[in-house]
Amino acid sequence: MRSRAILLYALLLGVAALTLVPLLWMVAASFMSPGEATTLPLRLVPRHPTFENYLHLFTRLDLARNFANSVLITVLATCGSVVVNTMAGYAFGKLIFPGRDRLFRALTLALLVPAQVGMLPLFLLLRELGLVNTYMGALIPYMASVFGIFLIRQYALSLPGDLLDAARVDGASEFRVFWWIVVPTIKPIMVTLATFTFLSAWNDFMWPLIILTDSDKHTLPLALANLSGEHVLDTELMMAGSMLTVLPALLVFLAFQRSYMRGITAGSVKG
Amino acid sequence: MSLEREQAKAARWFLTPALLLIGMFFFLPVVAGLLLSFTDFDIYAVASPDRVRFVGWRNYADLLESDTFWSAVRNTLYFVLVGAPLSVLVSLATALLVNTPGVKLQGLFRTIYFAPVVTPLVAVAIVWRYLYHPRYGLLNHWMEAVGIDAIDWLGDPRWSMPAIILLAVWKNFGYNMIIFVAGLQAIPRELYEAASVDGAGPWWRFRYITAPSLGPAFLFVGITTMVGFFQLFAEPYVMTQGGPLGSTRSLLLLMYEEGFRWWRLGVASTVAVLLFGFTLAGTLLQLRFSRGR
Repeated sequence: MRSRAILLYALLLGVAALTLVPLLWMVAASFMSPGEATTLPLRLVPRHPTFENYLHLFTRLDLARNFANSVLITVLATCGSVVVNTMAGYAFGKLIFPGRDRLFRALTLALLVPAQVGMLPLFLLLRELGLVNTYMGALIPYMASVFGIFLIRQYALSLPGDLLDAARVDGASEFRVFWWIVVPTIKPIMVTLATFTFLSAWNDFMWPLIILTDSDKHTLPLALANLSGEHVLDTELMMAGSMLTVLPALLVFLAFQRSYMRGITAGSVKG
Repeated sequence: MSLEREQAKAARWFLTPALLLIGMFFFLPVVAGLLLSFTDFDIYAVASPDRVRFVGWRNYADLLESDTFWSAVRNTLYFVLVGAPLSVLVSLATALLVNTPGVKLQGLFRTIYFAPVVTPLVAVAIVWRYLYHPRYGLLNHWMEAVGIDAIDWLGDPRWSMPAIILLAVWKNFGYNMIIFVAGLQAIPRELYEAASVDGAGPWWRFRYITAPSLGPAFLFVGITTMVGFFQLFAEPYVMTQGGPLGSTRSLLLLMYEEGFRWWRLGVASTVAVLLFGFTLAGTLLQLRFSRGR
């Protein structure tokens, strides 16, 4: 029994180490002096930890601007997505209107189609609307999502109808019912949706790559990909840039871990 | 009933923003994408759209005869057929591992295993590019320490795709692990206890209790992982630019190059439609297979 436990924890720790090594190495290298990460024998810990690389990102390279772009797009996308999808998800889950279930089924068809099929025409459409190379254009695809509507709907389905009806009989309008009863009750799943949207907007690469053509509009991942072309030899600098991109995502995840995990399992119950 | 009329009216207000956005910026572009694949939309048409002509199936015929296209198909299928099952296997194994009864710090291990999922792909692809460095990379360094010859991971066409698969598995396994853990925790303990009393060994218990109970989770994970792996793009874009010798050029990378480097949006749309076709075929295949059992 004892040796079985040792083996079990050895496996658990081994997998944890394999998972963490790339991230830990990124942290270590980001604090090394230029050239240190490409000196043999390899060092895993910086000899004299330095913030030089981080300073470099903000002074000689203008990564603060890209950071601000990422924050702006991500925050706006998150707010938009929560408002739009919560309203729609609640309507599909709880309001009675003709054609509701047929409409919802039609919408779920969208889950079968990869977004990339429409990406080129979407680019042309936004070009006609003058939205290429604008923040608005960058955040449009995150605003409404079938996954988000689905997530809210599943949760809203469990709201007790009596509660809503009682408020209606008291003369509350549908908007009051939504604002004063529905929203406070489904807040947990709204946080889940917000976390999902935040992380997917923060991490996304392909859409911003297509729609944001000027480098002063670029998000962090785009700026990082460009830098990695010019500064391929500056390992330590690139690792500092990666840290700057990874850290906000990790922190948001750690803060809202429970909500995020709930979204994963809720989505998998009925694909 | 006027209450229901009120509800229908409110529903219209609640639904309009979402439906308008999804209709205009998802369904419309998807349909337009299908149409675009039958046109010769190119860089001249970008300037003056009235130049566009319908060319029937020509883009499809051209692509099906192009070596670049078939090489992208092969690369993508390699990534999907090897990467996706590998990723699901690792997810299942780690789910069983963290869910072993009596494991302490289960939550901590789960969080650690999950961390790569939420990291931005571009950032970790850059990190891994350095880990794969033939001379200064940690991977070769450790391999040499145990007597394995160094590999030029991203520079050798035989190893470039395995290298990208390894990164993708590392990045993704945590997601499906969570789904499997939820599935495992839904299995009643009594089933295992009863089986143990009857003298069933661990393999029997896995084969006849765990595996069947995870059936629905398997189908979901199988389909979503496959669909996700078909969308390989950022890894080769950042790590190899599709090289060496085109060995990591995926269908999406080909679409991007055709569309936004050469502005052949007609051809690029055709690539996208064919990619959709592959994805759909794979999904239907898995659904049929799961129903057949």
